[in-house]
Amino acid sequence: MLVLPILVPLSTAAVLMLAPKRPAPQRWISLAGSVLLLTSAVLAFLRVNAAGVQVLQVSSWPAPFGITLVADLLAAMLVVAVGVVGTAISVVAISGVDPRREAFGYHPLLQILLMGVAGAFLTGDFFNLYVWFEVMLVASFVLMALNRTREQMGAAFKYVTINLIASSIFLTALGLLYGATGTLNMAALARVWPTLSTSGVDTVLAVLFLIAFSIKAGLFPLFFWLPASYHTPPAAISAAFAGLLTKVGVYALIRVFTLLFHSAPPALFALLLAMSAATMVIGLVAALNERDFRRVLSFNLVSHIGYTTASLSLLTPAALAGAIFYILHHIIVITNLYLVSGMLLKLRRTTDMKGLGGMYRDQPVFSALAMIPIFSLAGVPPLSGFLGKLAIVDGTFDAGAYWVGGLVLAVGLLTLLSMGRTWADVFWRPADEAQDLAAPGMPLLVAIAALSLLTVAMTIGAEPLFELTSRAARQLLQREEYVHAVLGGMR
Amino acid sequence: MEALLALASGVLYAAGIYLMLRRRLAQLIIGIGLLANGTNLLIFTAGGLTRARPPVIPKGAATLVQPYADPVPQALVLTAIVIGFGLTAFALVLAHRVHGTVGSDDVDDVGRER
Repeated sequence: MLVLPILVPLSTAAVLMLAPKRPAPQRWISLAGSVLLLTSAVLAFLRVNAAGVQVLQVSSWPAPFGITLVADLLAAMLVVAVGVVGTAISVVAISGVDPRREAFGYHPLLQILLMGVAGAFLTGDFFNLYVWFEVMLVASFVLMALNRTREQMGAAFKYVTINLIASSIFLTALGLLYGATGTLNMAALARVWPTLSTSGVDTVLAVLFLIAFSIKAGLFPLFFWLPASYHTPPAAISAAFAGLLTKVGVYALIRVFTLLFHSAPPALFALLLAMSAATMVIGLVAALNERDFRRVLSFNLVSHIGYTTASLSLLTPAALAGAIFYILHHIIVITNLYLVSGMLLKLRRTTDMKGLGGMYRDQPVFSALAMIPIFSLAGVPPLSGFLGKLAIVDGTFDAGAYWVGGLVLAVGLLTLLSMGRTWADVFWRPADEAQDLAAPGMPLLVAIAALSLLTVAMTIGAEPLFELTSRAARQLLQREEYVHAVLGGMR
Repeated sequence: MEALLALASGVLYAAGIYLMLRRRLAQLIIGIGLLANGTNLLIFTAGGLTRARPPVIPKGAATLVQPYADPVPQALVLTAIVIGFGLTAFALVLAHRVHGTVGSDDVDDVGRER
């Protein structure tokens, strides 16, 4: 059951490799695979929701000796989000990516990427997490570098280099972790960790993990690669990257901090908090300085990652529940916004605000749909972004971290400014001279509509969803259910 | 032996980081490769060294007899070597491409927007 969200994209990729190389069959097989992935993810989630943490010991090797797949509520919800994003991207790809990418394996690579992300969320072993990271990265490297324009090659090279360095740091941490504890199974580590007497090693490890995952998540001062590369590939690629890849970094941070470093010295949490605060502020200031829609999005993406890690650093159930809610909201909304940027690119051949404007008059349906993610990201009530921020602010005040809550509010206000200005420039302001060059692509519009509807659904269903994230947060902080599910009564 | 391997690992890290700070693409990639090898040595050493005691159950015994070499770090290193090899190969091809497109192997030129 748990292996399905990994197995389905793998099989889809294999079928795609063997299927005829013409675009039409590739596109439809890819879509079918993504829908199957979403279905299997939802089934796994329902199981976890009803029966608690689900565990699969691969080949029946008992933990901690074999590879363990574990799904708690957080992992299960994130895998569902992977399915949603994958399906949306596959729908977009029906109208075509660029021909060069499609000819050189865009569709199978996207499935491999989805497999890597789902695997990273589901694995219960740190070395296995490293392997999934690499699967995901190699797929993203190739997707990024498949086009030979000068801008994209430069962006791809930066992206590859920084990620290779992050992987090396992660691997270094794994080597030391194994040396100190003799296991890399997450649940076994959680059990062994408190009895570990070698003080000092835990701080070194915590900082190494923090650096490695902060690069992947895009935290200050390690986020500069992200805005430098995410705006170059076509929307059907950057939407998947923006929605999923940084979230894997955040997920890994949540996992190590709740499972291992929960009783680490306070200085470590202060460091994470300071990095998050700087990420929120600097990402936003940079966003206000940009005049290109996709770059505004990149910096807003960075800024919002800071919200989630700031609440993580408080490690209270309320703050963590807010963070999880925010991650789910953010995956849907930012994916949608990158698709909106793809639509703008299709309509006007640019995402520079100078060439945009007048969209509200020319494309009323598209504009109305785009309004939802834009204002949800900005945090306008009653949309999901507002509710997510409310939950985070609530959590920080609960934990007594008033300045963090204040900062979240201030940054939220400025985000409203950033996104409001973007809305005005792109959609409201009369166009200078540009007219529509092409009709909007129907599949793209369908995907944007579906994700916008999902955002609305998350707003209406906020109450049960928040209950769910609160349960997920409690599960993360109590640990015992997770550890017991993996290891059983065994010592 | 541990001291020697630790030293070698440290030298590889230092050389790798030094090379990554250079400006040419080829040096950057060699640096990443050295860093990966330093990491592999570190995993191997941190996992504990036991010489000439393979983890094989001796004749007549029911379980392994202490001390024996831990096979897990070796499996980890093996995996890491394979992944590192693939990534280095990819990075080399990419660098070749970048050189062909940008017409320079200076990281400053590659990084420039246009």
